[in-house]
This record gives sequence, structure tokens and C-alpha cells, in this order.
Amino acid sequence: MLLIKCPWCGERDETEFSYGGEAAIKRPLKPKDLNDEQWADYLFMRKNTRGLFLEQWNHSVGCRQWFLVERNTITYEIISTKRINSDALNSEVPQ
Amino acid sequence: MQTNRLNQGGFIDRNKTLRFTFNGQSYSGYQGDTLASALIANGIKIVGRSFKYHRPRGIIGSGAEEPNAIFQIGSGATTEAGMRATQIELYDGLVAKSEKGWPSLSFDIAIINDWFSKLFGAGFYYKTFMYPAKFWKIYEYFLRRMAGLGQAPKQPDPDHYSHQNIHCDILIVGAGPAGLMAAVSAGKSGAKVVIADDQAMFGGSLLASKEIIDGQSSEEWIASQVECLKALPNVTCLSRSTVFGYYDYNFLTINERCTNHLSEFTAGQIRQKLWRVRAKRVVLAQGAFERPLVFPNNDRPGIMLASAVSNYIHRYGVIPGKNAVLFTNNDSAYQAAIDLKMAGAQSVFIVDSRSELPSDMVDAAKKCGVELQFDAVIRNAIGNKSIKAVEISTYDANDNTCKDIADKRECDLLIYSGGWSPAVHLHSQSGGKNKWDEERHCFVPDKPSQASSSIGSCNGTWILEDCLKEGINCGQEMVTNLGFQAADINLPNSKKIKISPMKPLWQVIAKDSPEHLPKQFVDYQNDTTVSDIYLAVREGYTGIEHVKRYTALGFGTDQGKLGNINGMAILGQALEKPIAQIGTTTFRPAYTPVTFGVVAGEDIDGMFEPTRKTAMHNFHTDRKAPLEIVGQWVRPWYFPRDNEDMLSAVSRECMAARSSLGIMDASTLGKIDVCGKDAVSFLEKIYTHDVAKMSIGQCAYGVMLGEDGMIKDDGVMARLGENHFYLTTTTGGAANVMSWLEQWLQTEWPHLDVYMTSLTDHLSTIALVGPNSRRVLQTLVNTDLSAELFPFMRTCKSEIAGIAIDLYRVSFSGELAFEINVNSNFALHLWNLLMKAGKDFGITPYGTETMHVLRAEKGFIIVGQDTDGSVNPLDAGLGWLVSKEKDFIGKRSLERADSMRKDRKQLVGLLSVDNKSVIPEGAQLIEKKSTSGPTPMYGHVSSSYYSPVLGYPIALALVQSGRNRYGDKLLAISSDTKAIEVSITKPIFYDLKGERQRVE
Amino acid sequence: MNKYSAFSLFKNALTNNKNWQASWRDASPKVKYDAIIVGGGGHGLATAYYLAKNHGMRNIAVVEKGWIGGGNTARNTTIVRSNYLWTESSLLYEKSLKLWESLSQDINFNVMFSQRGVYNLGHTLQDMRDIERRVSANQLNGIDAEVVNAQQIKEAIPLINTSETARYPILGASLQRRAGVARHDAVAWGYARAASELGVDIVQQCEVTGIRKNGPQVTGVETTRGYIETKKVGVVVAGHASVIADMAGIRLPLESHPLQAYVSEPLKPVLDTVVMSNAVHGYVSQSDKGELVIGAGIDSYIGYGQRGSFHTIEHCMQAIIALFPNFSRVRMLRQWGGIVDVSPDACPILSKTPVEGLYFNCGWGTGGFKATPGSGWAFAHTIANNQPHELNAPFSLDRFSTGALIDEHGAAAVAH
Repeated sequence: MLLIKCPWCGERDETEFSYGGEAAIKRPLKPKDLNDEQWADYLFMRKNTRGLFLEQWNHSVGCRQWFLVERNTITYEIISTKRINSDALNSEVPQ
Repeated sequence: MQTNRLNQGGFIDRNKTLRFTFNGQSYSGYQGDTLASALIANGIKIVGRSFKYHRPRGIIGSGAEEPNAIFQIGSGATTEAGMRATQIELYDGLVAKSEKGWPSLSFDIAIINDWFSKLFGAGFYYKTFMYPAKFWKIYEYFLRRMAGLGQAPKQPDPDHYSHQNIHCDILIVGAGPAGLMAAVSAGKSGAKVVIADDQAMFGGSLLASKEIIDGQSSEEWIASQVECLKALPNVTCLSRSTVFGYYDYNFLTINERCTNHLSEFTAGQIRQKLWRVRAKRVVLAQGAFERPLVFPNNDRPGIMLASAVSNYIHRYGVIPGKNAVLFTNNDSAYQAAIDLKMAGAQSVFIVDSRSELPSDMVDAAKKCGVELQFDAVIRNAIGNKSIKAVEISTYDANDNTCKDIADKRECDLLIYSGGWSPAVHLHSQSGGKNKWDEERHCFVPDKPSQASSSIGSCNGTWILEDCLKEGINCGQEMVTNLGFQAADINLPNSKKIKISPMKPLWQVIAKDSPEHLPKQFVDYQNDTTVSDIYLAVREGYTGIEHVKRYTALGFGTDQGKLGNINGMAILGQALEKPIAQIGTTTFRPAYTPVTFGVVAGEDIDGMFEPTRKTAMHNFHTDRKAPLEIVGQWVRPWYFPRDNEDMLSAVSRECMAARSSLGIMDASTLGKIDVCGKDAVSFLEKIYTHDVAKMSIGQCAYGVMLGEDGMIKDDGVMARLGENHFYLTTTTGGAANVMSWLEQWLQTEWPHLDVYMTSLTDHLSTIALVGPNSRRVLQTLVNTDLSAELFPFMRTCKSEIAGIAIDLYRVSFSGELAFEINVNSNFALHLWNLLMKAGKDFGITPYGTETMHVLRAEKGFIIVGQDTDGSVNPLDAGLGWLVSKEKDFIGKRSLERADSMRKDRKQLVGLLSVDNKSVIPEGAQLIEKKSTSGPTPMYGHVSSSYYSPVLGYPIALALVQSGRNRYGDKLLAISSDTKAIEVSITKPIFYDLKGERQRVE
Repeated sequence: MNKYSAFSLFKNALTNNKNWQASWRDASPKVKYDAIIVGGGGHGLATAYYLAKNHGMRNIAVVEKGWIGGGNTARNTTIVRSNYLWTESSLLYEKSLKLWESLSQDINFNVMFSQRGVYNLGHTLQDMRDIERRVSANQLNGIDAEVVNAQQIKEAIPLINTSETARYPILGASLQRRAGVARHDAVAWGYARAASELGVDIVQQCEVTGIRKNGPQVTGVETTRGYIETKKVGVVVAGHASVIADMAGIRLPLESHPLQAYVSEPLKPVLDTVVMSNAVHGYVSQSDKGELVIGAGIDSYIGYGQRGSFHTIEHCMQAIIALFPNFSRVRMLRQWGGIVDVSPDACPILSKTPVEGLYFNCGWGTGGFKATPGSGWAFAHTIANNQPHELNAPFSLDRFSTGALIDEHGAAAVAH
């Protein structure tokens, strides 16, 4: 059972949170310019990393804030959690 | 008669006699006994029959490792299966039954399995019972009845279970010498400590010893430590509490047995409690398990572990035999010989596989009259229903083989000890690895992977003084790391002894191969023998996990506590590999079995899921409305009058709404308030329609799509102000949609200035429906409800009897209708006012079924019923809602190849050709049944009702190219009715132009 | 090789069981094969067996990083059924079910396929609509299925709680009588033995560390036991599909989640069929050994740790007690977890990939065990012919671009 540090509320039991999967999947600004494969890549294809992974969690029965978690998906160790703000998000966007 | 009871000693109260029955016979024991000690006291030898071969078996151990004394306890609703006699505290009136043996324990007909055991080697069942194929059912019927241990109760459990969360600085598992010292040293520093032990009393191994510590007897010393702990307010002591799981982030689970040891307790008292612990640090001081030795017929009743013998003598005042032979490869077992002798045994004879070396234990044994033979092993145990004699051979440790049988010696008790295995279970569960220690010949914990430490014998530390020292150091170190000032603790004085080292003896190897010898048991519970392991290797099952699965080694309810290490070592011998290369199997929770009840806790029955009821719920139940479960909500299904059946009630309700006035509780609708200066641009991305073009006070029907283009949710939404909106969602989708919106807002567009609030519980919604709704409502409000001032799809604020309300002129029935939002605290009052006001118009409350009929007559979809995850808005006939200009979530997906397919399934109406058959919902639509192979299906019926206002049945369906097939005929096929011929129509049946809801 | 039968058991008993041969050859990798199957679970071994048996490809190897059958094959709750909603799915699973029905005889290894029936419970009116939809579709596809009411359920499963006042009362169920359970380990071992007999190399302790390509064409795999040359690589590694895909430079629409299960102590027969419930999230059967075998829902997060969180077990326990209040005093013996790769439409991917000669079989989510024979059969066809069989054509990777998903979420009850 994970112990997650909400960047707003502090450490709480996993049962207070809900999971949002891979973080920093940027929604294309102009979806209609993408071909079907590119759109499918955004829509469905996932890193599903074995190891260090950046993901998003929601403190759903707490402050209801979404935030970023860097976690090892093998050991489940959480390296860091941080708030989402425009800057943080942009800096995480690949490319 | 308690023939084996000693006159003195033990933590039992000889003045409190307890009666119990075993297999129908009455016996007595004393307060403080376990069922096992009481059985031994009464001279019971056979306590069970083995799993496969039905061999008679006796008690081997004294704790969680016991493989044979496994009983059904109690009867009726409170019976419990699979209980270990060694872990059951005796209480008055206890009823125990052995789980195998027919017709009786002493004569079990299935012993023939033992005679033909060569047919039943490891994995025999994979090789037979295959022909003819049809017969497996019959084979299986008999195999299932042969297998299995106890009986599950047939009635619901009358008892209660509970969960309790606790956070602490240090959790200490095990209250033996090491654990106690750790608790005292950590506790005195002020740290919040929890110490848990699975026994009724603290003390661990010291309870079965006569050590002198700090000049006190071990009994007195334990008492003084416990007293010290109990005096500390920051220390919680839990006895009868097994730590059974060690999960991530130092989350551990403890099973506390509160009433199992009581013969009577108050109904409603908690039977067992699950402590859910988050500890900053964990100390593992669980102790170690003694290993049996492996030799032919090593399962005879009357064969017992050395530590168990000491336990029975010291803790329970019971002597398991008078003429004993002790077979060992280590010094620790000598204690049992000494204890036996001191307790009055006539003769004790030690067979030691090692050569004699200087040792205090050997000297002590000799001194009290124990006979010894070194360089010898036991070659065979004789005595079918109880041990009668042993065959002894000389043994050469260098070539690891025994010579011919040299001696035969009679006995009534055979004690064995193959050394000790640290209980690394929790360490392993926590993710820690173990390493094989070549000196101590056991797996010891390697580096912990969480904030924990193993101390005492579960760390492979055998000497008492070292255990005490580890306890103190560990406690001090941990509190220091946690920022406390460590208390000074003196190391208690204990006797220092010189011992000679243990020498492994994994298996008594004779010249003959294992297959030619009598059975040498490795895992008693599953009847796994040495030859099974050799067979597995011969057949290519060489990895430990394969061997384990093929031979069932370690798969019993003791989870291999007794046999696993021997099994691995014997596998090593068979493969000619060192045991370190064999590796261990995975240790999994639970350390010892726990009831389903305690894991479930309180959240069962009505507490299984929260039940959400609307403010008007009591009105509905007063009218005896049957309820429909929708998500967590319970909603009235229909309101029967007198003896009305469902169809009549629904017809009456429908006609009332269509002809005069109906009222419905729509409070379960999801309601979300959205405001902020970017509300419009946010909602533009969420909804498919043009939100920006909505005027203030305007309502609109909107759908949201997933990014995959499929309909996610729908509902009316309204623009309350320039930057203020009110959204409704489906009942089941409310929470989900709210989270989904928040996710988009916070993770994708955090720069948008938008605030959302769920109003689902805060506001109740009452729908007033029917041609007379305006007339009745107008009598209550000052707002002018005329069509000019309050037309269809508008909202405004108003007031009824001083209660503020929001009015929405929207309709989910196609009739003139108003939805009234009101603070839930006033909702029932308002509902009653409306009921009164509508009385002259026959106001009729209706439930979800009528709501469904009314909306189906109009072709309004229910998301989740008329759509599944494969329906997009174009399929559902909602193309008119989809903006061509703007981008919104899911739009791009509508342009993919599959979304453009001409033959997609589309929402249509269906009429039964005979005009009277109601088509079953879920029925599939076909042209004709294929005579061979699958029948092509063109769609399915999603909603279907008898329409009272039309006088014939109607249905909605999703049909391939449906909109091009109006007028076509298909067959509707369901699981249990005849095919119904249907014709495809537009998905609207009543008031095709929509005049009624817009009525002036 | 020894043929297994009652007679051979008897004959070998006479010689003290000393003449049994190895079930499969524990091979060392050769330098080159015609095809390599990555992953020695049930699906991979079945693929190898059908490649050899149906397509005559004998110079092939199965490479397994641990020991065969040690992944999800060893960790699942062994339910076998074919009553899926969509025709595409149900035909694939039905192919599998048909193979199950004669599997023990086909591979001469008793996999103990026990057709004791599977009940998928319905607790709400919508559940019952979905059940009717699924059952009528199954029947039209020639798959046995029926709808039963609460009373019929009570008669077949006397201990189940059909009280109308239950939090989620049981309204009815779908029943597939030909469905059931099987002995999971036996499936892996049986296929390994049968494949090995046909010449397939079973290589254990051999982890794939890289996929080598020449342009768009696969040329071989790097392993911990050296480089192996081949032009065809079939990847069947369940939870780790994304990891291997990454080596080949392709992306998959998968997330790997922990899936937990547990067993009770062995009991005398108390449940003669399989019960699954979507609404309360639990499924239960009783193994031949007597253990109640119970599965939970997946844990929410991505996890390769073969373990999940305890609250998932708690919730599942509550669900089981809701269905069977008498199981409250039964005791949990052991709990564990596996890694399941979940696809967006809860359907597998059995497909060619953009890399020529590289094939993926993954995305079975929580329901892969039942598909073992059919999956291997169809995947073998795909590899041998370099094109999918019509049964698995709908499960190609390109469905995520075209949008032709086969949405089995919810509709087909719990996907186990």
C-alpha cells in the first residue's frame, strides 16, 4: 500500500488518491493536422515504463488536486511529488 | 486421565479444569493449555491422517509450524476449519474434530493409498485420468472429495470483525528476548512503539526455558519487562496478535484474536481485529523454526521437535513421553533431553550424527543421566500408530552415508532436531532478500529493502546474550535515527555457554536409493517425500519453483515452515548443487492464515458500499415503491397503488404525465457549477455544441465525448451568467465526469481560470411533468411562467413559500415540464407542497421505469443503456449537436477510418410487426438464423417498453446502417423467447414534431 | 518419450518410478532458428507447439528469462470461458475453449480442464440487459450460454446470498456450462513437453536484452545467453510487452497493472462451479485441492512488482462475503500478484508490427489464461504465414489507428 505525499496536504495513504496514468501527454494543439497514426499515438500509445516513471495522481478524497509523481514502477518507490503548474508541466513535456 | 501431566510447572492453572471433546470423546485440560498440550496430557498419539497416503500422524510441533494436528473447531455457524491445535488456547466446552480419517482416526480405510503409494508419486494426476475425455468429471468428483481439509460453515458468520489504523514510530514483531529488549529500549526513549506477539503471553522462547537473567528466573524477568512496557504510555502491547503481512511503505497488518480463546463472550463483541499499521521503523524479532530430520518413516506418531518437547514441559507441565530417543545434529536439542530427564523421564538416549566435541550441553546432558551415542543416525522409525522403536546406524559424516543397522532401541517418544531456520517470512515479504549462511547453515536476512531490522534468532542469532544485545542496540539505533534521545539500558546478565557447532544432515543417506527405502517425509502436510523430489528432478522439474509446484512441497497450510529448507537442501543434493544456488521460493502473506472476515472488517452487508438516498427517499418508501439500484443510489422504480402490478402502475404513471401531471424525484442527476472567466473556453472543449453561442438563461442539451470520440456522458446544461454555467450529468456518471473535468482543467489547461463545484448532494431536483405542470406551478411562484417570458429551454431563479429555487423549463419526457432545483434540506417540504398543489390535477409520482418509457417514446437516449463504449454522437443521431467549426475533446477521433464507415451501428426505433410483442431488451437483430456457423447480427435492442399512450410496444436499437433501413424487417432473437419480427423506424414514436414540450 | 497413461503409471511403479524421462529437454540456445518465441508462459509454449504441429516449423525455440510457466501462468485464477460480447472476441475465445476440450488428450498431459460452468452475476437492471445481450449473441454464434434467474442460481449454488435486501441483490446471471477451470501449471508443462517432443528447444534462464534489426526486418535477438539469429520473433511476454516493444522501437497501447489473487485453506467441496461478479468485483471457484481461488480487480497504478496494495484484497474480501456470507470464517492462506497488460478496449493484440518478422501477442489484460490454446494456435498461424488468421485479424495493432476497437469493457462482465 503506497504512501503518497500530496504536495498540498502531505503524506497520505494510497486509498485517498486516484490514479491518472502517464503524465505530460500533451494534447495536440491542432488535432486535425495529425494523421490517424499520429492521433492514435497520442490517444493510445503509452510508455508504460518499467522503472522510473512520471505519472499523475489525484488527491481525490482530499484536496482534489492533480499532481505529478515520479515513481519506480518496479520497487514502487516514490522519488518525488510535485504540484502541476504551467511551468512545471511544460518543462516535463518531451521534445 | 491426564496421564502425561506433570505435578508442577508450566503456565497453567491446575485449579481450573476445562472440559473439551476430541472426535466425540470427552477430555479435560487446564486453563493455560493449548489444545495440543491438553491432547498430549491425555495421552493422545494420533491426531490426524496424512493428506495423500492417510498415514497416522501425531503432534510434531508446538506453534505455527505444526503440520498434523489440524482440526475442525466448533460446529454450525461458528465452526472453523483448518485450526492448528498448537495455536488454539483451550477453553471450556471446546469441540474439536480431526479433518481426515474414515471411518475413524485409528482405522482409516484410505490407508490403501499408502500401500499403493508408488502409483501416487509427485504429479501422478498429470499422467492419468485422461481417457476417455468425458470421464474427467467423474475422476474429479472423487478426487475433490478425497482432497480438502475442513468444512466451511453453511450459515452466515454471526460474529463481528473490525479494522483499526495505527501510526507508530516503531513496530516490533515478536516479544521474545530480543523483541522485548528492543521494545524496552525504544519505549523508554519516548518513541511511539507497538509490540505484537502471536502468543497469549509475551516471552517467546524464554517461556520454555529455565534461563537465569539478571539473577531472575526467565519467568520473573519476562514479567518485569512486560511491567516496564505496560507502564509506558507510548507503548502498545498486543498479544494474541499475529503480524501476517508486510507491504510497501512499512504498511503491516496484524490479526488480533480477541475472543477465540473464550468459551463465552458477549454477542456483538469483536471477534478479531485487523490492525493496519504504518510504522516508521519495523523490528523483526519473530524467532526461528526448528527443522525436522529426514529419515525413513519420520512421520510416525510420537515423533516430535526438540523445542516442542521443552515447550510442553515448561509451558504446560506436560511430558510427551517417558522413554525417549533424541536424534540431533546440533546442541540446542540437548536441552529437550535435559528437560525430559528433569521432568522425570525414565530414559533418554541421544543419537547425534556429529562426532563428539567439547560442549557444555553435552556435559550437562551426561550429568543428568542421558545416554549418548555420537557418529550415529536413525535409520528407521518403527511403530505404526505410535513410535515403538528406532533403528540406529553408525554414520560417517565425511562421506555422508550411514552404515548397516547397528542397534534397535525401544522408545515411546522420538525427538528430533535438524537445526534452526530463522523466520525470514516478513523480511522477505517486505522485499528483502535472504542469503545462505555457510556457518550457521540457514538462510539469514540480507539487507532490508524497507526501514526494518531483523534481530534475535530470526536474524540467525542463537545465543541469548547476543539476542538481548541486538534488541537493545536495535532499539537505541532506531530511536536515535528518529530523533529521540536513546535511553541507557544495561545488558542483562545471562549464562554464557560453550557449544559445539551444528553440522548439517539434510537426509539420512543409505546405500539404497531413496525409492527403495520407506518414505522419508519432507513436507508432512502434502506427503512430499524425498523420492518425490528425486522424481521431479528426473522429470526435468529442477528449478525450486518447479519442484515446489510439481511435488506440492510447501503448499500446505503451514506454507512450508517445517519442510521447505530441508526440501531445498535435498533438491541441492539431487542436483549436486550447493543450497545457496537453489534459492528460496517467494514468501507470501499471510504468515499464518487469517479469516476472510477480519480482512473484510466492518464493510460488509449494508456497509459494503455507501447507499445514497435522496431527500425524498422516505416519501418513496412510505409509498412502498420498489427500488432500483443506480450506481450507489437507490431510486424509486415505480409507485404501485393497492395491488397493482408493475405494468399497470407504470401505465397509470405514464398516462398521468402525458395527460395531466406527474412528479419525479430527479435529485440523483449529477450537478456541477462551473464559473470563472475562462468557463466558456473550457466548456467549448468539453461539449460538442457551441457553448459560446448560448445566451444567458439558456439551456442546452449537451454531450461529452471521450478523446476516442465515443459518448461519455450527456445532460442538460445552462448558462447562468457570462462566466457561469450549470451542468448536469447522468446519475451513474456524476463523480466520474467531475474528476474527468478536473483532470483536463488541472493537467492540460492549468492556465484557465475556471472553478468547479459539485452540487449533486447540495441540490435536489424535482421534475414537474405534464400538460398541467405550468398551471400548478404558477399557483406557487410569482415568476411569470408564460411561454413568452419563460419559453422552452430557459432557466430562471424563483421562490416557493420563501424557499429559493432554480427553475429549468426542460423536458426528458417530451411534455411541458419544469425541473426545480432546491437546497436538499428543503426538498421534501417543497415536494409535499407540490403534491398538495397538484392534488386537483391528479398529481402522480412516478419512478425510473416511467421516466424510461416517456423518454423512449421520444427517442431520448440513456447513456450506458442505449450507448456503450462504441457509440459516437453521429451513431446516436446527435450529429446536429456536433460543431463543425471548433475543436473539442474527441472530435479528431470522429474522422478516423472506422468512424467514417458507412455501416456503423446507428440508433433506430423498432416496432414489433404484430404490434403486441414487447421485444426483450438485449435481444439481437438478425435476418435469419444460419443453419451452420455463426448467424450474422446487425444490432441489438437497447431499450424496449410497452407504450401506454400509443397502445403498442416500442423499442430503441442500434442497427448497422440503421438510418438507411427504415421500413426493413428483422428478427429479434433473445435467449429464451421466440423470434419476434420487427420493423425499423425512426427513433421517435410520439409527438414527432416536439410540439408538446414547447407548448405555448 | 514416455506416454502418460494409467498403464504407464502402473508400469513405472513396478520399477520404483526410476524410468520416467524428462518432460522436456532443457536446451541451450543454438546460434540460429527459423523462429523464436520470447516468453515461456502458457501462450508462448502453446505458440511453439502449434508452430511445430500445425505449420511444420521445428527449428524453433522458446526463450524464457526465468522458468517456464512462472509468470501469469502460475498466478492466475484459471477460469476458462468464451461467453464474450462481441463476435470477434467470442469466436477467438470459443476456438480456445474447443481446444481446451481435447487438450489433455492432444498433448497427453492432464490439464484437468473441468467444465463446471461459469456464472456471471447480474445485480442491476442494466447488468441484466447486458447479460441478455451477451447471451443471445453467444447463442447466435453457436456458443452455449443461458440466462438464469436468482432462484436457479440459489438451487445450483446453495450457499450464495440471493437475499433481495443485499446491498447489491443478485437478479440473475449468465451461465456458460461448458466453461470452467483448469490446472494452470499443467498447461505450461504439458505444452512444453509436447513441443519439446516435436523438436522445439525450450531455453530457460535466457532473458532477451535486445532486438536486432536490419532496416525494417528483424534479424535476431540478444539474450543473456548470447545472440540468436532468426528472421521471425514472436513476443508473448504478458506484463512486459512494452519493455520488449521498446527494444524494437515500437510503441504499444498498453499499461501494466498488478492483479492480485488469493486462496483459502483447502476445504471439502463447498462450491461446485465458478462465480463471477462485475458489480461487486470478485470471482471465486474451488480448486480440486479444495482451496477457494479468488481474484480481485486490478490495482489502479502501473506496477511491475508482482504485488499490489492490501486495500484491493480487503475490498475483494468484502465482495466475496457479500456473495457468500458463510465464507467469513474461512481463512486466507496465501495472496499474490501478477502483472497484466491492459489494452484500451480490454481486448488482446495478436498482430504483426511495423517491424517485419516481429509479432506481438499481448494485451490480454486480466483474462489471458482462458485463451492460452487459442492464442497460441492463432499466433502460430500469424507467424508461420506472416499474416493473421481471420480469427485474430480483428485484433491487429492497426485497429488503434482506424478506431475499429472491440470494446469489451463492462459489456462482457468481468474480463477473467
